[in-house]
Order: sequence, then structure tokens, then C-alpha cells
Amino acid sequence: MLNVETIRKDFPILSRKVNGKPLVYFDNAATSQKPRRVIDTIVDYYTNYNANIHRGVHALSQEATDKYEQARAKIQKHFNAQHRHEIIMTSGTTHGINLVAHGFASILKKDDEIIVSALEHHSNIVPWQMLCERTGARLRVIPMNQDGELVMTAFEALLSSKTKLVFVNHISNALGTINPIEDIIKKAHKVGAAVLVDGAQACPHLKPDVQQLDVDFYVASAHKMCGPTGVGMLYGKKAWLDKLPPYQGGGEMIAEVTFEKTTYADLPHKFEAGTPNICGGIAFGAAIDYLNHIGFDAIAAYENELLQYATKKLLAIDGLKIYGTSKHKTAVISFNLDGIHPYDVGTILDKMGVAVRTGHHCAQPIMDYFGIPGTVRASFAFYNTMAEIDTLVDGVKKAKAMLS
Amino acid sequence: MNIKDIQEDIIEEFSMFEDWEERYQYMIDLGKTLPLIDEAYKTDDNIIKGCQSKVWVHADIQDGKVVFTADSDAIITKGIIAILIRVFSNQHPKDIIDADTTFIDKIGLKDHLSPTRANGLVSMIKQLKMYALAYQTQLN
Repeated sequence: MLNVETIRKDFPILSRKVNGKPLVYFDNAATSQKPRRVIDTIVDYYTNYNANIHRGVHALSQEATDKYEQARAKIQKHFNAQHRHEIIMTSGTTHGINLVAHGFASILKKDDEIIVSALEHHSNIVPWQMLCERTGARLRVIPMNQDGELVMTAFEALLSSKTKLVFVNHISNALGTINPIEDIIKKAHKVGAAVLVDGAQACPHLKPDVQQLDVDFYVASAHKMCGPTGVGMLYGKKAWLDKLPPYQGGGEMIAEVTFEKTTYADLPHKFEAGTPNICGGIAFGAAIDYLNHIGFDAIAAYENELLQYATKKLLAIDGLKIYGTSKHKTAVISFNLDGIHPYDVGTILDKMGVAVRTGHHCAQPIMDYFGIPGTVRASFAFYNTMAEIDTLVDGVKKAKAMLS
Repeated sequence: MNIKDIQEDIIEEFSMFEDWEERYQYMIDLGKTLPLIDEAYKTDDNIIKGCQSKVWVHADIQDGKVVFTADSDAIITKGIIAILIRVFSNQHPKDIIDADTTFIDKIGLKDHLSPTRANGLVSMIKQLKMYALAYQTQLN
């Protein structure tokens, strides 16, 4: 059982006011807030042991390197990767996706196919379009239904020996749908295709086990998991990471350099050119510790209560429509008021201290599917309360009264 | 009326509102009364980029003055446009180019001026001034 009042004390920002009202932060799908433990870790790093890693013989460098590699070990354990060197530290999910896309440029041939889903974020569409332009491969799209779920029969029909890579998000950022990735991975493997899963939206809510999933690549961002911005991780099966060429050239990623030839470092350093986000990596580890201390079972159970309560309360408002009505979804509610632009609703809510996202959520194809310019998206985290949902509902009612 | 006098009128009207609700309700009502742009001008070319809601602006020159019409799919944005049109429409191009826009701060809409603000008030003003500049160049 999760004690939300105790948890809220861990997040300094939750006690501030916005526009004279207590902050109600419902933009968690964009980025989560940070607990004191993570903030302290960042301050501690720069105050006490800031140094470059993996190269200095001096004490500070050793200490920073130890802490950074401990963070990698925490990430490995969290995602249950078999080897520590299967965890590549990145600048975030987008970086991880581009790293894999770049690697596949040397594998794909003309007329090979990449399958993505209709539920993707822009950052999940553009790298593959660029890759297709370079290689002559084709992009195929798994369609979705009115509930915002992927149509699995259509996915099966798209699979063939031409399929080389399947790319899907674990949870949709715009609608909150949890995709059946286990099933997708099994089916993709049957035709010999690799699978990359974007876990950016999933990792704040659940704990993926990459070995159990048998996924080939999995990417995530620290900042959506109570960690800092600018850091994330790519898990890749060792066999795949060995096969992919390095993404960027620079320091750290080399074994030997002469002007004639360079040999690359072993995993994970082959993919970690230059000085990494050392502080961010260490704080990512602290964020993972914090989330596990709260416990993902407790988080999932509580967030589901928030979702059910908010869904019921919002649907009671006349003319309110929720987009993304899958039975399998996380605590994200995308909605519109009939005849009212989401931007107007968001502006009124902001005046009441309620932070939501409005717009197309970088997922224009989904908005096009529903024929709308965008939605208001309220996304919840384990530190939100039922009382905050009441404030949201009151705000939506006020917005409706003012704007109708 | 010149631009400065209109701005002062608007500042006076807004000073009567006691809180954000009254201010926003007024803008919403203004948005509803906005003289709409001719449908023929609601083209992609006339959309102002940088706005989360769609904003169309059309400009014409009549008797040496620039006449603006505009529309948006969001009502608060329309209210903001209505204020801008009241200030800038039917004015000489040079006066539009030279106009100071600090009145926005004085009517409590400062937060809409931030460049990161998705409604793109800054983009709107820039676009109105660009039209004025284009007409001024023609007149010269």
C-alpha cells in the first residue's frame, strides 16, 4: 500500500504554487518530477566528486567511475539484462532509437521492410523514414482501431521474410495504450526480424524484464522515471550490439588509434563516444533506486485507482470525449470537450494551477486518425492524489462554462 | 484614433477586471465577435507558424491604411487576435511598424508573450508588422 502523503514530501516542487494556486502536475507523460534523493545525488556529485571517468588514475576519477558503473549495474538489474555491457548509456530514448537506426543502415537492403505502429511518437517515425531513404527499405505501418489499440491481425499480415525490424512503443504517449509487445516480439522472431521497443512511457509505470520479453533492443529515458533530463539507456542483446557498427566516433569508444586504422573498444564503450552525462547517469541510478523503493506493484495499483477515478469523473461531464479507450492502458487520459479547442481548455486549466499537455503530443498521425487538431492530456504519477483529480475536474467544468 | 490611444483605451478597459477569470471571459467574448476572415483567405499560406492553434491572417491596403482580418480555431487565441486587430488594423503601415507593444504586459497577458508560449502571440505581432513593412515598401 502506497502512502501518497509521505511520498509527496519527497518531491520539493509539489509544494509550490502556480498562478497563485497549489500546483497540480498532470504532465507526467512529458516528464516526471524529481524526488529529493535524485536532486541530492546531483548536488553531491558536483560538490564532492566531479571528475572525468574511465581514464584518470586519481581518486576523484576513480570514485566518479565507480559510481557511474554502479549506476549501469542498477539499470542492468532493473531491466534484468543478462550482461552489464548490454546496457548502453545514451542521452535519452531518441538517441537510443537513432543509434539502432544508424546501425541498421549497414544491414538493410533495398526492398527490406521495417514495421512501425500507427501509435508512434514523431521521434519514432522520422529516424526510420530517414533510414528508408538511405537504404531503399520500405516502412510499413500497423494500423490501430477506434479504441487506440493495434490491430494484431493486420500486423501478422504485414510480417514476411522481408521484415528485418519491428519497432513499437511499449505504451503510447498520446493515448496510454499498453501494446501487446510480448506477442509482437514472438511473431516478429518467427520471421527472423529484430524488435526494438520504445519504453519511454512504460518505464515510469512498470518494470520490464528484457530477458523474459526476449526483446532485441529496449530504450528508455531517465527523465520520465524521476531522473534527470539528458540521460537514458539502450538495452541490446550482446549478439546484436556486436553486429551493429559504432554510431559516433570520438574518445572512449576506441581501443587503438593510428592514422591508418582504429580499432573499437568493447561493449558498452563502443557506443559511448566522448565524455558522457556522468552526473545524469549516476542520478538515473538513484531514480531507479527510488522507484524500486516505492515498488512497481504499488505504483501500478495506485495509478490504476487514479485512472479509474479520473475516467469516471471526467466522463460524467457532458460533451467530454476520451480518446484511447483500451482496457490495457496506463494512467493517461487524452480528451476533448465537444466544440472546444484543446488549447483553450489547457489555458484555463493553467490559470487554475493545473498543468496538462495540449496539442498533438508529437503524434500527428493519431490525431489525424481521430480527425482532431489535438487533445488535452492529463497524465498521472504515483505522487498525484484523488483531490488533485477533483481540481482537474472542477477546472474542466469551469473551462466548459467559460468557453461554451 | 491612433495606435497609442487605442492601446490606452484597452488598458483602461482591462483595469476594471478584478481577476483572471473576468479578463479571460472578456477575451473569450471578444473572440466571439471577431470579424472573420473571408473563407477564401483561410489557406495554408496564410497560417501563422508557431501557434498551437491555427491562426490565419489576411492583410489588405485601403486608402493607404492596412486592414487586417483573421481567424483561429481556438477561442482565446481569437480574443487575442481581436485585441491586436483593434490596435493595428486601419492604421498607416509606418505607424504599425513603429508601434510599441508593451500594452500587452499592462493588460495582464505578459505570459502570452513568452516565445515558448504555444499560442504564438509574438509570431502574430511579427506577422502583422511584416505585412505593414511589405505595404510600406510598396508605398515608397
